[in-house]
Amino acid sequence: MSAPMVKAEGVHKRFGRLEVLKGISLEVQPGEVMCILGPSGSGKTTFIRCINHLEKIDAGRLWVDGELVGYRQAGDKLYELRDAEVCRERSQIGMVFQRFNLFGHMTALENVIEAPIRVKKTPKDAAVRAGKELLRRVGLEQKLDTYPSQLSGGQQQRVAIARALAMNPKLMLFDEPTSALDPELVGEVLDVMKALASDFGMTMVVVTHEIGFAREAGDTAVFMDDGVVVETGKPREVFANPRHERTKAFLSKVL
Amino acid sequence: MASADTAEPVRPDEIKAIPVRHPGRWVAAAIVIFLGVALGKSIATNARFQWGVVRHYFFTGQILHGALVTLELTVLAMAIGIVLGVLLAVMRLSPNPLLSSASWLYIWFFRGTPVLVQILFWFNISALYPRLSLGIPFGPQFAHFSANTLIRTFVAGVLALGLNEGAYMAEIVRAGIISVEEGQTEAAQSLGMTRLQTMWRIVLPQAMRVIIPPTGNETISMLKTTSLVSVIALTPPELLGAVQNIYDRTYQVIPLLLVASIWYLILTTVLTTGQFYLERYFGRGATRELPATPLQRLRRGLFSFQHASGEVRGASGEGR
Repeated sequence: MSAPMVKAEGVHKRFGRLEVLKGISLEVQPGEVMCILGPSGSGKTTFIRCINHLEKIDAGRLWVDGELVGYRQAGDKLYELRDAEVCRERSQIGMVFQRFNLFGHMTALENVIEAPIRVKKTPKDAAVRAGKELLRRVGLEQKLDTYPSQLSGGQQQRVAIARALAMNPKLMLFDEPTSALDPELVGEVLDVMKALASDFGMTMVVVTHEIGFAREAGDTAVFMDDGVVVETGKPREVFANPRHERTKAFLSKVL
Repeated sequence: MASADTAEPVRPDEIKAIPVRHPGRWVAAAIVIFLGVALGKSIATNARFQWGVVRHYFFTGQILHGALVTLELTVLAMAIGIVLGVLLAVMRLSPNPLLSSASWLYIWFFRGTPVLVQILFWFNISALYPRLSLGIPFGPQFAHFSANTLIRTFVAGVLALGLNEGAYMAEIVRAGIISVEEGQTEAAQSLGMTRLQTMWRIVLPQAMRVIIPPTGNETISMLKTTSLVSVIALTPPELLGAVQNIYDRTYQVIPLLLVASIWYLILTTVLTTGQFYLERYFGRGATRELPATPLQRLRRGLFSFQHASGEVRGASGEGR
């Protein structure tokens, strides 16, 4: 069995006195698509933000591809990583946000090539070629020179996915990627994500409310509530026969 | 589906209503026209305006050079102010408490004392640090100015105005930075961009949209504030100093102040135009359609005049 892409051991996170994560332990294997579900406030978003160190964890350990996130361990001492090292770790993890967060002053293509040029020091013409190819893959080859404000929500989110992919990440994190979209635009984004999982074998951790997506594209469904993992399993099993009351209560509301 | 049965929907008549009358507007317009004519007549006929003197001095070398010095002071002081402002704003938002309090203290001091006092202070800096009186306070880069008393007043003026402006610009830049959504920073960080790259490539360009209008305001304000430097007798003098030098000799105070005023107005107009184009440049991506430039508006106006229907669409794609 290969080493897990993500490994969490007793991850805790507090905001002030509010404990949001109360000991999360899980593993994501390479090529696995894990969907995290749960009511709002259950800590799902906070957890995936911890994976790329946008949030600092307070206790426990978190590894991505065998590397400790945000820290370096020497003996039994932990050292905080320097800015540059955190950046290097993050550059290998793509993230897609609920609110897209495209750079508003840049066109779709500029959004996609910015990080490869600045962070990876890719030559500009190579970055442009790769960027055009990525935008073609998400179905936006017509929109290279369009600014985000002129794109629909679904198009913006597809640019955001292309932007994250441009860094050739080994892991993609999706934070409720379709929650801010009009219902008729959800499908186009989910299609891109499904293709990413099936055609490219991308390892993905997806926080979502889309049960249909989790059932179809997910390898694992994780149900979180109140800062802990309540239930884990194959999506079909979890949705068909939830073992815990809290999972049942949640599913009865969203299904 | 009822409409499908009726053969032809009858189009109702165009509305032809009697418009509401606005007698108040006519009265107000009459008053404004009366006041305007009265003012115009007075300006044209009051011999004490001495328009001949205004015309005589308007393009003289002294005045033109004064306008140039005013522009130089404005540009240099604003350059110092903007660079300092960005630095102070970033310091102010820094998690390091020492940096942010240092920035706070700077802003507190330079906003808290009158700029005229600061100008006099810099002019008299030699009384405080006599050693510097030989040369220029800040290092060898100004060395080519050294020992020249004429330029020393200029440098004192630029420093006073620029350091003062830095305090105001800091607050403007800070407002711009915090106006940019947190998500932009997070997206940049998640791509592995460093803090500096994020600030420089992502946050500041978007903050510019908020920063430019008040900065234009500051520049126009600075153009006129440079006249305060006349108290330290710049040689060669800036615009106000130049006209003062002349009317101290000729006693033609009013016409020469008019000369200065008209030049200030001209320079302000030029700066306002520049601001428009800067705002337009940094507005890209923020609005769906950029505002038309005067030239585009003119062209569009002429075009729609030819085609009375006026169905010309906006020139949104232009200028990118």
